[in-house]
Amino acid sequence: MEIRIKIQRFDPERDEAPHWRQYQVGAQPMDRVLDVLHTVRWQHDGGLAFRRSCGHGICGSDAMEINGRNRLACKELVKSLRQPITVAPMRGFRVVKDLMVDMTAFFEKYRAVRPYLMTDDAPPEKERLQSPEQRERYDDTTKCILCGACTTACPSFWANGKFLGPAAIVQAHRFLMDSRDQGAEQRAGVLNDASGVWRCRTIFNCTDACPRGIQVTKAIGDVKKLLVARSASPDGPPARAQRAGGPPSA
Amino acid sequence: MTLSSSYGRLRPTGGLELWSWVFMRASGLLLLFLALGHLILMHLVHTVDEIDYAFVAGRYVWWFWRGYDLLMLLLAMVHGVNGVRVIIDDYLHRPLPRRLALGFLYTVCGGLTLLGTAVALFFQPS
Repeated sequence: MEIRIKIQRFDPERDEAPHWRQYQVGAQPMDRVLDVLHTVRWQHDGGLAFRRSCGHGICGSDAMEINGRNRLACKELVKSLRQPITVAPMRGFRVVKDLMVDMTAFFEKYRAVRPYLMTDDAPPEKERLQSPEQRERYDDTTKCILCGACTTACPSFWANGKFLGPAAIVQAHRFLMDSRDQGAEQRAGVLNDASGVWRCRTIFNCTDACPRGIQVTKAIGDVKKLLVARSASPDGPPARAQRAGGPPSA
Repeated sequence: MTLSSSYGRLRPTGGLELWSWVFMRASGLLLLFLALGHLILMHLVHTVDEIDYAFVAGRYVWWFWRGYDLLMLLLAMVHGVNGVRVIIDDYLHRPLPRRLALGFLYTVCGGLTLLGTAVALFFQPS
């Protein structure tokens, strides 16, 4: 079958502003948008720039705006999309070229929430145990692949680029809710900042955009509630919250 | 040296945003019931045809109704001002326009709140 695809093009060395270019290419109904982009690049226009790596929805490299919604190009089937398929870079990031965006600030915010286990306890002889219930509390947010679809679907982020953004908060959630982690206080500074979680207006675009199906807005709500509980009782709630769910099973 | 102790402690920044978030939820819930009570009383129990100066004067003999109206006024104004402050914070980034907008908001809403408070507290039925 022949399909029509409109791609937003921008070459900072030649163009003053982004513009649309339409292509008509051959494709199978079960092809993904990524396959169509490959066809355009390999057979029609070698100058088209986009990111992709694994091509199977795991690495998060090819998030882009497809028919007005943030999606992974490697997961969207051609047959399920209205034509012409429109493809644009994610909103709110500086465009490097065509569909490639500058994610430097995105990963700075990711690093700012210290997305790793922080603990002062002496290392145990074997692994740090936790119960299935304790593991369940942050199971959803472990699925994040840092594609940026949630953050760039967020109107609060579009309005103010300083906003930490859903992706970084999801990463914070993953460790704040971990019974083994003790870094809540260090993370509270950046999360409780004026550009932190309070800029979330509960719009739910992030939840809709997440290609991994993470309940992003719910995770942000969990972090807000944790900060409120911390503020009401600085020492108690996080420890209690993190250790909820019974003793670790041996 | 352990992992987390190497970072020092970050001081949480004030907590204004945190408490404004809590306030919006608490005041929103309270306002809902206050406004529902007002609606039922003024539009179902009584009708708008009955509401005139004498009706209000008769109602304001009771300090309960003055307190009810004052609480609704204060909560609604602070709730609304906080909401607009958040929108200004989101969309006005340059310092001067932001300061001007916030100044206008606080002045107008402060004036209206003072006026309403004065009526609720000092109204004398003639």
